[in-house]
Amino acid sequence: MTTRFIEIMVGLFVVLGILALFMLAMKVSNLSGLTRSDSYEISAYFENVGGLKVRSPVTVAGVRVGQVTGIVYNSDRYEAQVSMRIGVMHDYFPIDTTASIYTAGLLGEQYVALEPGAEDDVLKTGDTIEFTQSALVLEEIIGKIVVKLTSG
Amino acid sequence: MMESIIQIRELHFARGTHKIFNGISLDIHAGQVTAFMGPSGTGKTTLLKIIGGQLRPDKGNVQVYGKDIHHVSQNELYDLRKRMGMLFQSGALLTDINVFENVAFPLREHTRLPEQIIRDLVLIKLEAVGLRGARRLMPSELSGGMARRVALARAIVLDPSMIMYDEPFTGLDPITKGTIVTLIKELNETLGIASVIVSHDVNETMSIADYIYVISDGQVVESGTPENLGSSSSPWLQQFLQGLPDGPVPFHYPAENYRDDLLAGR
Amino acid sequence: MVTATIQNLGHWTLSLFERMGRASIFFVRVLAAVPSTFTRPRLIIKEIYSIGVLSLTLIIVSGFFVGMVLGLQGYVTLVDFGAEESLGVVVAITLVRELGPVVTALLFAGRAGSALAAEIGLMKTTEQLSSMEMMAVDPIKRVIAPRFIGGIISMPLLTIIFTAVGILGGRFAGVGLLGVDEGSFWSQMQANVDLVDDVANGMIKGVVFAVVCVWIALYKGYEATPTAEGISLATTQTVVNSAFAVLGLDFILTALMFV
Repeated sequence: MTTRFIEIMVGLFVVLGILALFMLAMKVSNLSGLTRSDSYEISAYFENVGGLKVRSPVTVAGVRVGQVTGIVYNSDRYEAQVSMRIGVMHDYFPIDTTASIYTAGLLGEQYVALEPGAEDDVLKTGDTIEFTQSALVLEEIIGKIVVKLTSG
Repeated sequence: MMESIIQIRELHFARGTHKIFNGISLDIHAGQVTAFMGPSGTGKTTLLKIIGGQLRPDKGNVQVYGKDIHHVSQNELYDLRKRMGMLFQSGALLTDINVFENVAFPLREHTRLPEQIIRDLVLIKLEAVGLRGARRLMPSELSGGMARRVALARAIVLDPSMIMYDEPFTGLDPITKGTIVTLIKELNETLGIASVIVSHDVNETMSIADYIYVISDGQVVESGTPENLGSSSSPWLQQFLQGLPDGPVPFHYPAENYRDDLLAGR
Repeated sequence: MVTATIQNLGHWTLSLFERMGRASIFFVRVLAAVPSTFTRPRLIIKEIYSIGVLSLTLIIVSGFFVGMVLGLQGYVTLVDFGAEESLGVVVAITLVRELGPVVTALLFAGRAGSALAAEIGLMKTTEQLSSMEMMAVDPIKRVIAPRFIGGIISMPLLTIIFTAVGILGGRFAGVGLLGVDEGSFWSQMQANVDLVDDVANGMIKGVVFAVVCVWIALYKGYEATPTAEGISLATTQTVVNSAFAVLGLDFILTALMFV
């Protein structure tokens, strides 16, 4: 067992550990999430955010373009304000873009879907999306159905 | 008589309630072979460990090179230890490195000598114990006598002025025993290294020691040159030197009456 | 009778404190020897080899199988709710937060911890530590500290490798064998596993367990009775005490981190 062999093996061991850490950081967790320099932040007001959470994905046409960074209640508008961080390569959203909260599958997680509008001006940092569609809350729908059934 | 390098005064040491030393005083002189003899279990090895500062006496004072070894700082203690070699009964070689590295170990730990000089020094010491050819063997491949010789090479590699030998002759065949006796003598005569031998091998010890302390029951019972001891009239000493099974030192460990003991089971 | 029981209890308590005190003093002595050991990286590299590299096969094989089992069990449960896309999340969260650090620590205690305790116990029995002291070499600096550092570098690396391999094992079982969609397996995982909250906290567990396991192994070896029986006792106690310490600490850390 030469010193050289031991040193090579230890070197490989450390490289393997770093590769594994790299995998945990980039592929397993959301370090690949956006940093301040390569993204811009916009917000939208919803009547009801349902089960939307911080770090939920923001998609357009089903493609992930960013993530939710904050959800707070705005007492002036009586609505929830959702902040989103979008990658700078996706800087083509017209100001009349619509934001909707959808659910992936029946019980899956909720996400924000953006649907681009037709205006020439595009959204920039700090802008607010005016057209929104709230989350469908399952209990509300069931309630409505029950009311309809019992009244009819 | 040359200057005394180790002075032990009124040493008391106990393991639990068992008293091992009960007021021992003795001197070890530079350039001499001093031997401690005594029956098994009289704490001869303990004495070496006390001199080396590994064990602390309960009472009394041990001066090594003029310093109280049990009341010095760790650094001073280590400086003192660099001046004494110790040969353990088992050799106590480091089992994960080979013979060469074992002998080089103190050099690598305590000096920043270039590799070439370390190599020369190690080979000189290995040549002195006749094992230059065995330098690549691992400790597990050595016989008991060879391991002890390697350990001896290691003990002298820092050129100490004193070496302590713990039972250097025990468990060796006559030829190897003779080799070790010769080595101890040569190291003492050619390098002027003071030697402290702990042993109960009477013949070998008598043949090389300049001065002998006989220890029993925690005390020095006799001391003197081999000639003095040989002509001593003490019956105890004669029993010990001639290896008689019974005499002043009883064959039996203290016990109640034999007949009563046998009948007690009924 | 009652007095005897109380006396036994008192004796046991006092000896517990004494042992804890000795272990703490030992720990402080090792820590004090750590800085000077970094000047001799060769000693550390050798220990990383025998502690870390030699445990690698065990860790990789175990990690892969644990991950596959998680994939199978997670699938069986999730498929009833039509939520098998969440399999990646289940596998990753379980491994990153709990099973990675804990199982690695238990395997480490069994493989490397017991070996460390036995090695040092044997060095003590064969007077190697004593002879080093007589050569004016401090065994804490020369023998214990390099192993301590080697273990504390190795074990978190092993934890990371175990976790990563486990996730690959889960992917193999879920995506490869059971046909879960690969895209949602990874994307749901990414959306729900946080680098700081999950991965970093899991790594902190790994480091804490490393310190505890290595400390226990080295202390048990260093304090072993120098007989064959003493060494066997030291290795057994290393594994048992490490397991208790890791599981107990895991509960406390989980309560602090994730609740």
